[in-house]
Amino acid sequence: MMEILAVLGLPLAGGALLALWGHEKWAPELNSMVSFCTFAASILLAWKVLVSGAMVVLNEQFFIDSFNVFLVVLTAFVAFTTTLFSRPYMRNEAILSALSNYQLRLYHSMYQVFCFTMLLALTTNNLGILWVAMEGATLATVLLVSLYRTRESLEAAWKYFILCGVGIAQALFGTILIYFASEKVLGAGGTALLWTHLDAAKGSLEPTVLSIAFVFLIVGYGTKVGLVPLHSWLPDAHAEGPTPVSAVLSGLLLNVALYAVVRCKILVEGALHNRFADDLMIGFGLLTVLTAAFLLWRQKDIKRLFGYSSIEHMGLMTFAFGIGANFAGLLHMTVHSLTKSAIFFSVGHAVQRSGTQTMEAIRGLIKFPAIGWGLMLGALAILGMPPFGVFTSEFLILTHAMQSQPWSTPVLLIALGVAFASIFGKVQSMVWGEQAGKELPHAQASLPILLHLAMVLLLGLYIPPYLARWYSEAARLIG
Amino acid sequence: MPLSSQFINLLASILLLLAFAMLSQRRIRSLIRLFMVQGMTLAVSTVVIASTTNQSHLYYSALLTFSLKVVILPWILFRMIRQLNVEWDVETLINIPSTMLVGIAIVIVSFNLALPISHLAGTITRSTIGIAMACVLLSLLMMITRSKAISQVIGFLSMENGLFFAATSTTYGMPMVVELGVALDVLVGVLILGVFFFQIREKFESLDLKHLEKAEEE
Repeated sequence: MMEILAVLGLPLAGGALLALWGHEKWAPELNSMVSFCTFAASILLAWKVLVSGAMVVLNEQFFIDSFNVFLVVLTAFVAFTTTLFSRPYMRNEAILSALSNYQLRLYHSMYQVFCFTMLLALTTNNLGILWVAMEGATLATVLLVSLYRTRESLEAAWKYFILCGVGIAQALFGTILIYFASEKVLGAGGTALLWTHLDAAKGSLEPTVLSIAFVFLIVGYGTKVGLVPLHSWLPDAHAEGPTPVSAVLSGLLLNVALYAVVRCKILVEGALHNRFADDLMIGFGLLTVLTAAFLLWRQKDIKRLFGYSSIEHMGLMTFAFGIGANFAGLLHMTVHSLTKSAIFFSVGHAVQRSGTQTMEAIRGLIKFPAIGWGLMLGALAILGMPPFGVFTSEFLILTHAMQSQPWSTPVLLIALGVAFASIFGKVQSMVWGEQAGKELPHAQASLPILLHLAMVLLLGLYIPPYLARWYSEAARLIG
Repeated sequence: MPLSSQFINLLASILLLLAFAMLSQRRIRSLIRLFMVQGMTLAVSTVVIASTTNQSHLYYSALLTFSLKVVILPWILFRMIRQLNVEWDVETLINIPSTMLVGIAIVIVSFNLALPISHLAGTITRSTIGIAMACVLLSLLMMITRSKAISQVIGFLSMENGLFFAATSTTYGMPMVVELGVALDVLVGVLILGVFFFQIREKFESLDLKHLEKAEEE
């Protein structure tokens, strides 16, 4: 119980402190400290779950099992390494883009509040609070997307707010319908929205209502996952916000939204006893993978390019959970989040060095080995090249698809091929070549890039047995 | 049919009328007034449901609705338009008569969609579920057809009203902790939008989102 309070309380307190002192010289270090402590608390929490199993605490309002505790650790870890990257990056930005004290306070404070909302969404047992936390995550990041106050960033933030707001309103309607169905079984009041109670009673929930509810829920939370055709906020928000925000949006928020979809899917599946929810996820997933892969080809902006790549991978994960390849889906969540944030770290420094996000103007990144190699290896990893971990998970998804939905394999292979051709060509010409960028006032952060890529490499070569056990346990819970 | 449930049906049809009135209203000031009336109707219907079914927690949520949607949010919105000096919502993207026709189609669709749910509902208010769903979708239509940022926000808020009505009419309201959380999100959202409007205004010298359409569709 103490661990949960620490995991949630630390970022909230950090957000309050940084709202007051976020512009000070030492604020980036304070930001990292808070995130590191959160990460340490999440490790303790995971240890406890590993030793004593799933737990329900604080008046049943919080529920931790193998499925969400692994996402809690992942979220806290990537949030921590992103603050390491953000230290030199935001110091450079403060000089290059002339950020005011107010903007720095806003950035640091909202970063922590954003982490808090994601961790709350992951740990809560109440489907209503899950909704509140997801909406809170949008609200915390909308002002970060418009941090630079350029026309494009305001436009991106507005699109982000309205699209996600409308989407998430649909999810609220879905949640109301679930409550409507469960209230008949569990009685009115507090317990009818608690996931553990719903899970226990899912067999007796009214199927018609739950199937309508799931349509609203997948459209609603799917907007935040970035599922096509509700994806159009995502590339804009990724391109216009500060790069640390792009990294956590891609690496973490999309995962949390997918987590919400999967949690609801478990309930709906238990009530319906048919493939309705699975088929919806397969359909949305495939459409997303395919559309995103072809859109990758036309991108000119480096951050938009990787934004679209995130859409593609989220589609792949949705598909994986749809066909029941849960182990592969969970592994893919992990490796995608590590790889994509490493890529955004390199991209952030590359953009600062060359002063532009247009890919045609970025050349010769190899002059700065950590950035050039980071981007090259990161791109290879995200494209599913062995020996990186993404290869393992994509391979597992593909083999599973061949067994259960053979018709979908060629579609996936085409999409992955097109994505490879689009991204690899573009990254290659950015990394090699002559022209070199300018020197930066603060040295880049190479450690987070290397750390993430090393972990992805390790997961590709060897998954430690306790981690594998953990994934299997979580995969079994998803069913 | 008992008197109270007739009264609730009356309030529900007023809500539907208000949703259409908002669709056709072009003046922003009147739009906010309509939003206030909508909030008021919602609060009254919640009180009626609470007193006929003895659900005491609904009194709190009626109070919450009243203070948020009739007092605080309109006050913020009025202040905003005074400071930003916007009066007329010049034109809608589709003309108003065709919007109304689309609106009627939406109402028919949502009544059909709500039919299986209202058969299952045991509440005295079950006939109003279709209306709640229609209100949500009509607000969505309003957001799509308006080009001013502020009227999109009012559309967003009235969509939230429709959702709230759906929750009270299908289930006698969500658990209190959830309702408080939703209310907090709405309030914070409007405050953030306030900041945001001034930023848009500063950059574009207008709140018309048509200027925002440089969006690369790629």
